[in-house]
Amino acid sequence: MITKEKLFEIKEKTKPSLVEKLLEGDRVEFRGDDLVLKGEYYKKQVRIALKNCDIIDPTDIDEYIAFDGYFALLKALTEQEPGDVVAEITESLLRGRGGAGFPTGRKWNEAYKFDADKKYIICNADEGDPGAFMDRSILEKDPHSVLEGMAIGGYAIGSDQGYIYVRAEYPMAVKRLEIAIKQAKEYGLLGNNIFGTGFNFDIELRLGSGAFVCGEGTALMESIEGRRGMPRPKLYRTAHKGLWGKPTIINNVETLANVPAIMNKGAKWFRSIGTEESPGTKVFALVGKVENAGLVEVPMGMTLREIVFDIGGGAQDGKEYKAVQTGGPSGGCIPADLIDTPVDFESLGKIWSIMGSGGMVVMDENTCMVDIAKFFLDFSVDESCGKCVPCREGTKRMHEILDRITKGEGVEGDIERLENLSKTVSSTSLCGLGQTAPNPVITTIKYYRHEYEAHIKDKSCPAKSCKALIKYEITDDCIGCTRCAKVCPVVAITGKVKEKHLIDQAICIKCGACYDVCPVDAISII
Amino acid sequence: MNTVKLTINGKQYEIEKGTFVLKACSDIGIDIPTMCHDERLVPSGSCRLCQVEVEGWGKLHTACTTQVKEGMVIHTHSEKVVKARQDLLDMLISNHPLDCLTCESAGACKLQDLCYEYGITEGTYRWEMSKPYYDDTNPFYTFDASKCILCGLCVRVCDELQGTNAIGFENRGFETLVATPFGEGLENSTCVSCGNCVSVCPVGALEPRSKMKFRQWEIETTRTTCSYCGVGCQMDLKTKNNRVVGVEPAFDAHNEGLLCVKGKFSYNFLSHPDRLTMPLVRKDGVLVETTWDEAYNVITSKMKQTKEDFGSDSFAGLTSARCTNEDNYMFQKMFRSTLGTNNVDHCARL
Amino acid sequence: MTNSIQEIKGTDAMFIIGSNTSENHPVIGAIMKQAKKAGAKMIVADPRRIEMAEYADVFLQLKPGTNIALLNGLMHVIIEKGLQADSYIDEKTENYEELKRLVKDYTPERVAEICGVDAQDIIDAATIYGEAGKAGIYYTMGITQHTTGTHAVMSISNLALLCGNVGIESAGVNPLRGQNNVQGACDMGGLPADLPGYQKVFKPEVLDKFQDSWGSKLSNKVGLTITEMFKAIEEDQVKFLYIMGENPMVSDPDTNHVRKILDHVDFMVVQDIFLTETAEMADVVLPAAAFAEKDGTFTNTERRIQRVRKAVEAPGEAKADWIILMDIMNRMGDETRYLNPAIIMEEIASLTPSYGGVTYKRLETESLQWPVPDQNHPGTKFLHKTAMARGRGLFMPVEHVESAEITSDEYPLILTTGRILYHYHTMTMTGREDGLNKLAPSSYVEINEASANKLGIENGDRVKIYSRRGELETTALVTDIIEEGVVFMPFHYTEGKANILTNSAIDEIAKIPELKVAAVRVEKA
Repeated sequence: MITKEKLFEIKEKTKPSLVEKLLEGDRVEFRGDDLVLKGEYYKKQVRIALKNCDIIDPTDIDEYIAFDGYFALLKALTEQEPGDVVAEITESLLRGRGGAGFPTGRKWNEAYKFDADKKYIICNADEGDPGAFMDRSILEKDPHSVLEGMAIGGYAIGSDQGYIYVRAEYPMAVKRLEIAIKQAKEYGLLGNNIFGTGFNFDIELRLGSGAFVCGEGTALMESIEGRRGMPRPKLYRTAHKGLWGKPTIINNVETLANVPAIMNKGAKWFRSIGTEESPGTKVFALVGKVENAGLVEVPMGMTLREIVFDIGGGAQDGKEYKAVQTGGPSGGCIPADLIDTPVDFESLGKIWSIMGSGGMVVMDENTCMVDIAKFFLDFSVDESCGKCVPCREGTKRMHEILDRITKGEGVEGDIERLENLSKTVSSTSLCGLGQTAPNPVITTIKYYRHEYEAHIKDKSCPAKSCKALIKYEITDDCIGCTRCAKVCPVVAITGKVKEKHLIDQAICIKCGACYDVCPVDAISII
Repeated sequence: MNTVKLTINGKQYEIEKGTFVLKACSDIGIDIPTMCHDERLVPSGSCRLCQVEVEGWGKLHTACTTQVKEGMVIHTHSEKVVKARQDLLDMLISNHPLDCLTCESAGACKLQDLCYEYGITEGTYRWEMSKPYYDDTNPFYTFDASKCILCGLCVRVCDELQGTNAIGFENRGFETLVATPFGEGLENSTCVSCGNCVSVCPVGALEPRSKMKFRQWEIETTRTTCSYCGVGCQMDLKTKNNRVVGVEPAFDAHNEGLLCVKGKFSYNFLSHPDRLTMPLVRKDGVLVETTWDEAYNVITSKMKQTKEDFGSDSFAGLTSARCTNEDNYMFQKMFRSTLGTNNVDHCARL
Repeated sequence: MTNSIQEIKGTDAMFIIGSNTSENHPVIGAIMKQAKKAGAKMIVADPRRIEMAEYADVFLQLKPGTNIALLNGLMHVIIEKGLQADSYIDEKTENYEELKRLVKDYTPERVAEICGVDAQDIIDAATIYGEAGKAGIYYTMGITQHTTGTHAVMSISNLALLCGNVGIESAGVNPLRGQNNVQGACDMGGLPADLPGYQKVFKPEVLDKFQDSWGSKLSNKVGLTITEMFKAIEEDQVKFLYIMGENPMVSDPDTNHVRKILDHVDFMVVQDIFLTETAEMADVVLPAAAFAEKDGTFTNTERRIQRVRKAVEAPGEAKADWIILMDIMNRMGDETRYLNPAIIMEEIASLTPSYGGVTYKRLETESLQWPVPDQNHPGTKFLHKTAMARGRGLFMPVEHVESAEITSDEYPLILTTGRILYHYHTMTMTGREDGLNKLAPSSYVEINEASANKLGIENGDRVKIYSRRGELETTALVTDIIEEGVVFMPFHYTEGKANILTNSAIDEIAKIPELKVAAVRVEKA
């Protein structure tokens, strides 16, 4: 059995040499009392959920303990009543990082108050947004923070059983979690009578097999219960009747990773970061046409500009920044003129986007907004579970319309049809997936209607991205180097050496190889 | 009684707490359309047609999954609601064959009825259709996925009520299909041919095989009791031209809409050519057809003779656990009163 | 059934013994599965691993013919653990001490040995049944078709009384009746000692009532049961046999013997919807209307009296059974004419107290379960609510005894028989349904893999089965549904007819033949 003394002993034994080793490696530096990663990229970041990532060895529980790991659990179990823990989290105003931003404390409180012989806490690690890898990083690089958060949650609501529902496509995360659970059990940080307090808590892994919709709470529970992962109508609150009909709370990985820090440093500290309504930080996966792609954790309320430009370094290759898409397939596209919007739950909602789980895709001048809407919808069509009519049939029809628009086959009325379908699908779908699936379409039509119109009426793609609507032509700048002719996979380019070459439009497949290879930029897209 | 007060379509009602809006409305005579609801099942909320508007609640809410609350103001047929239903029906009919002229279920099809009611003609989005899939490996019914609207009633009845779990959903999204595990077909599934799925299919996807073609509006129905086992399921015989062409379970009886393979499908013996149609009398060792009069004469003269020669107790009779109470009553009365013996028994023990 | 089908949904525990519910009473089987899903516990005891066993919390795969030992064993454990309903026993029963004394010897270990089951499973099953607030027992012919059938029913009743499960909702003693109107046929006096409503023929006041009503002289002598009738035919006591809607040539045990008897009888009338194996041997065959071609009532297993309504005309000159019988009675001098079955029901109601309040008019809008003593009585959902039929529930402790026929070197296997989902009784109806014949085309014998291996039999092989009464050929179905030493055959089929093999030894009280246990030998054909 682990004791308070033993935990201190491990910390004191491990920390000094670990700090020394890390400082020698020259990747970290002290910021106050905390060790943080070094470099320009990290300067504006404030890392709470990611605080140990890339610093400690995730397969060594001692290193986690060295930086105060499991001290929050110790404090909760030995110094606080469950109600105090719930109160602390409520006070912190921590909001769910999975997307909806529901106050975690309120969720816990519902389950805490509800009397039952069995309760469950589930960690939703079914991260599925395209391009998102926030949760994966935490699971792979700091798995104990999630376990500790769950154990604290379990204590708070009166649950002795946790499940982590993790995607099978994250084999490394699964492996790291397995190791972490094993170590925590060996130390007695999971299992029976933790810290001799009589509190029992166990965690099991459940692997999801790649259905995006299983990230939706009710579908996730169906899946854990052994059925097909399809959302069920919320007849009751999950906190009252959830998994196997028992009170259940479902929190996402990042939310749980915040819990130990809040317990250690207090709600007040947490609320000193971020905004009044959205305290703390948020992790984003900054991807797309951005110079410095990667994970960033910033205080809530930081503007998009700071994230995209100050941290991300703006659009790649000196191209013009066009928009950023937040919230994955459920989110919206935010145009360049709204770049000074602060990133928090409320502000993003006001401009038709969402925080989501933290996907942030940067787009440049060559990104076609119709095509982007199609891309995200393609994902939703593919991932719809097929249960309810609007999501199954409606998103499919929207995708068909978008597809024909990008192929230059759009017809008068298609925009209106899209708007109508968007409205029906979002207002009538059963679960969040369907309700938010039209968001990328709604926002792109709202902010880039002219691009849709250009596709439909002029049969042109302003971003010069839709293959069916563009032509490659060789200008007079051609020096006749023949590189384009050599690289063309379908032999559409002819011309003599040192003479202007010509593209046969009937043969050209618009692959763009010539464009990339031309040394004098003599190939233009029309 | 614990009740809440609420307003539905401008009228005040007091309704028991915990009641779902759909049930509350149907109790007060407001018809809300639904394709996936069945009182016997856990609400699934998949067809979305029963959505209603609740003032101040933002988006629409499905009546089948929303419980009544104090002070609710509900509109079941507001412009917004009707528009949403029209759009949903449009989506469904867009991916449905328009073969009502030849569909066996025409006239008893909920999709047809609702499209009529909401004025949907042929579907705005008749582009890609679901992939065809047809399972005709069961001897009693067929499944045509192209007509399936994925309401899930069959899957849920098979699971929640019948407990057989022979069918489930395969694939995702637009490709979703009701099928047996691993697509091995009904023949190779755990299906017990109870037909309880067929009885709830709102369209023509699950279709009983009938020996005789009929249109739904041609048939008459007669409520009766199943003649197989002792459960005594209530059912409606569907008849056309003096012939039974189908059976539907009664939903308002103790069998609650359930039947088994025998009750649901095994009625063809009624019109089998082997049926006895004339009395037979043994002549020179062979049974030959005769008139009732002759048959009765042979029997009664033998009865009289036997009674006279050997007395009442030389008669014995086996009455029938297959016949009606009235038939049985008459049988024992004939033995006891007419023939004067208590030698009556039947195969209660077999 | 003492209780109603729908009450199953409210039960805490179900004990299914000798009933292949999902095949023979499929809708009740489905309702039981619903109850299981809703949280009720389930115990299944059967020689075969039937479908219900898959849902059971405890499955007891007992040897055929050991029901009483098992039931005594369960009661032993219940008393041992103090799970019996003491105050109920005090207030509502008698003879408890006797029961206690008898089951004392039925320790789980001893019972496990007799029944061939695990002792712990007996303890677990007893605990489930004993701890349940409301527990129902459901049984069929697996209990009754033994020479000890009546005793087994008494044991079941003992168990139910022991835990206070008689006279309360969602519990009870529930025989599931096999045939659509076997309940009604009994209720209507289709029994040698009973006039309608189980009024005894030997009671003068009963006889007077019926004589007054029918205007005839009635016999007060108890009549013959089927088995006794057959014997009386052999002994030339019975000359005239009238069979309505039955097919003993297939349904009764020891077919060869039945054939001899039917051949022997002086005169036989058969009234049926098809020319059955039995009808083929008759002197006169009368064509009857089927259920869809006539009006009337059936009484189901939960005593529910329900209307049968005419939907189509009978084929040819076929007539409703009651009309044929009335015609004959009229020609024999009884002048009573009934216009329709509703009027017959009026007469039934006037003479039968438990049907006293039944009228066709009420049945249009109401569903009535007897007893319905009068017009204002709503019917009875479950029996013995206020008091037992006889005042107090009487414990009737019984010892386990072996079946009439036990295995020997010559006949080393136990044959047990039953029905399957896809056919009904003698297949008169279902045998004429193409779909059912496709799903269940022909006779077979279920045999355990180990037994089959020993005999060199593979799945699908033709095999010969011999008993002391006859032999037949059928197809082997090698399966783990059944345990070593036991084989099972459905009795429906004419080809490979199981009843050629079965034993006609009967239970001395209820006169039920021991169809569930016969010693046989199986050989590769």
